[in-house]
Amino acid sequence: MTRPRLASLACALAAVLATAAARAESGWALLNMTPGVTQMSRNIYRLHMEIFWICVAIAVVVFGVMIWSLVKFRKSRGAIPDVTLVHNTKVEFIWTVVPVVILVIMAVPAAKTLVEIEDTTKTELTIKVTGFQWGWYYDYLDDSVAYYSHLDRKSDEARELASGIDPNTVDHYLLSVDHPLVVPVDTKVRLLITGADVIHSWWVPAFGVKKDAIPGFVNEAWFKVDADKPGLYRGQCAELCGRDHGFMPIVVDARSKEDFAAWLKEQAALSRQATAPAASPPAVTGAASTAP
Amino acid sequence: MAEAHAPDATHDDHDHKPHGWRRWVFATNHKDIGTMYLIFACTMFFIGGAMAMVIRLELFKPGMQFVDPQLFNSMTTMHALVMIFGAVMPAWTGLANWMIPMQVGAPDMALPRLNNFSFWILPFAFTLLLSSLFVPGGAPAGGWTMYPPLVLQNGASFPMLIFAVHMMGASSILGAINVVVTIMNMRAPGLTLLRMPLFVWTWLITAYLLIAVMPVLAGAVTMLLTDHFFGTTFFTAAGGGDPVMFQHIFWFFGHPEVYILILPAFGIVSEIIPTFSRKPLFGYEAMVYAVASIAFLSFIVWAHHMFTVGMPLAAQLFFMLSTMLIAVPTGVKVFNWTATMWKGSLSFEPPMLFALAFLFLFTIGGFSGLMLAIVPADYQYQDTYFVVAHFHYVLVPGAIFGIMAGVYYWLPKWVGKMYDQKLATWHFWLSTIFVNVLFFPQHFLGLAGMPRRIPDYAVQFTDWNMVSSIGGFGFGLAQLLFPYIIWKCVRSGAPVGAKAWEGAHGLEWELPSPAPYHSWTEPPSDAVIARGAEH
Repeated sequence: MTRPRLASLACALAAVLATAAARAESGWALLNMTPGVTQMSRNIYRLHMEIFWICVAIAVVVFGVMIWSLVKFRKSRGAIPDVTLVHNTKVEFIWTVVPVVILVIMAVPAAKTLVEIEDTTKTELTIKVTGFQWGWYYDYLDDSVAYYSHLDRKSDEARELASGIDPNTVDHYLLSVDHPLVVPVDTKVRLLITGADVIHSWWVPAFGVKKDAIPGFVNEAWFKVDADKPGLYRGQCAELCGRDHGFMPIVVDARSKEDFAAWLKEQAALSRQATAPAASPPAVTGAASTAP
Repeated sequence: MAEAHAPDATHDDHDHKPHGWRRWVFATNHKDIGTMYLIFACTMFFIGGAMAMVIRLELFKPGMQFVDPQLFNSMTTMHALVMIFGAVMPAWTGLANWMIPMQVGAPDMALPRLNNFSFWILPFAFTLLLSSLFVPGGAPAGGWTMYPPLVLQNGASFPMLIFAVHMMGASSILGAINVVVTIMNMRAPGLTLLRMPLFVWTWLITAYLLIAVMPVLAGAVTMLLTDHFFGTTFFTAAGGGDPVMFQHIFWFFGHPEVYILILPAFGIVSEIIPTFSRKPLFGYEAMVYAVASIAFLSFIVWAHHMFTVGMPLAAQLFFMLSTMLIAVPTGVKVFNWTATMWKGSLSFEPPMLFALAFLFLFTIGGFSGLMLAIVPADYQYQDTYFVVAHFHYVLVPGAIFGIMAGVYYWLPKWVGKMYDQKLATWHFWLSTIFVNVLFFPQHFLGLAGMPRRIPDYAVQFTDWNMVSSIGGFGFGLAQLLFPYIIWKCVRSGAPVGAKAWEGAHGLEWELPSPAPYHSWTEPPSDAVIARGAEH
């Protein structure tokens, strides 16, 4: 490669890094999982960090020995090979047993957390979630409230091929919807998750919940948002579901119990006012046929 | 290549080979077929790589700039299929063809016509698969995992996908049968199983895995085919079927498949590290048993790919624990490689450099694999870029670097000439730096919440995606050096002796360079075997 070409490449690289650095407050700091806003998401986060640090500790030891060998036992430094060093029962026993012990140390808290996650008893509110191509349908089973949730219009316009709209100008680009799922805080909410056409996956990282939405099957998941953490929480479909898989976000609006009760009452009244056909939740449409 | 071998080789009176195109189309020689496999794999590596470039280009910044989401999905799907079935697996079969007869003291593979057939299926399979890019509805876009019901929505490409997978599977099974028969029946007298080189061992175990699981894949895709065309409902809940059953069957194939992709790399690294440490492999028998245990465990861990489908608690616990167990034999291997270097006399020729990158970076992939085994944490990792980072760490600096290490190690033996080691060292450094720039930030993206298989993303993911794309373009460009170095070596490399590397042991190094057309026409003597089998 000639020198001027190398220089222009370096300039281009520097320009890219500079523009990226200009937005430093947003992207570069995103390095890790967040603890989230439920007890379960914090448990998962703690588990994740524990395993991460155990791996780091093992890496320091193993990579340390490797790097030491690379530095110390170089032929160029006159190292003479010890060709008799081919087997050592004691060492081999240790490096088989010690990992087993470490694995047990990892597995116990993981199993404990898993048992808690799988405990779907004593839930206070049940919402049926149906994934379809490409959006979500939420049905509050105990109250006749049900509605669709799609990618919001602004994101939908900006994401068209060569739309000319800068995604940076769109509020929560690809992570906002027309009708968020509204839930109360400090309440054990149970989700019954299913799919209308193909498999989707309902994921809100802040809740530590990801569960597949499978046509013909109903999966269960639950979350309980901290009493002091009302707000909007965003997620996305996490199972490839066709052309617009990247464009079916999830937004959960966690409100105080009173606000939620008022909202639910209002929605129920609206749905009663509506004409008879609308009172029963419409069947999910928009699904591409899977028939031959 | 092989026709250039030295006239003083003792075996060349057996060298009757057809000339021109007949030599390749009617090939029955293990070296000719091995060469065709390797050229095919290299071609597919660049085709699959071009698809990866399209993916990284679209993901360079948020917004849709270049491709339609459907084409993006086709690119991710086809990139995986081409790289797994077109690049890595044929490269391993090519290396097996070249090296196994030489390493076990045989003249050729046991079943030469079968060998020809298993290779020549592949160009047809991939012509079919790649031509699906041009049919109405575009190429398969449901992911290489082919999950129903989504995969059934593919248009004209669907039967092409199924038939191509059938052909690839048939080719793999035939190649695997040939490897097993060659190793079991053609070893030189006195070369007992526990004196075989690790590459032969890992390939033997890989071949059994292939024979065990490729028919399972064939069964799964056949059920997809009948669901689509003949009214069956194996995977349709409305007809009493179960879409999750496909995932169980697929991953019963899929998990052993990932070891099919990586075990031969374990073998190659186990040959290269001792050579350039000038010291026998530490814990040879433990290495063999570790590979066998990994192969066994690979059959009972499949559901860790699908923890979010909603399995019973007991099943999730079982698959978590069995998956974690794999860390034990894998650890044994990493520790043994490290102990092989300990008190050695190390030098850093290109094969050793690639083997060392393998050692460090595959271990990083092992750590993220361990994290992924932890079910509650997996709920957050599943189907994010953290998974993408994980499997690319084990497949690119794992399998691909293993293949490159093997080629740089044995190329002098194949052509009787040494390649430009300085250029190969450049290839190593560029690949190693860019592969980390490419894949390390993907850990961050996944943990921060970016799902995989999406053509566009929320703006906070921009920075690390840009870095990853720059790494991708750099890595892609650096790979162009690889065929150039090989071409230059074949044309004008400096001649090498039988033992191209000072510390090399093994029967292949007892043959002249370039190796004669029919490798061992007389079995090697006990003394030669003993010299070669100093592990």
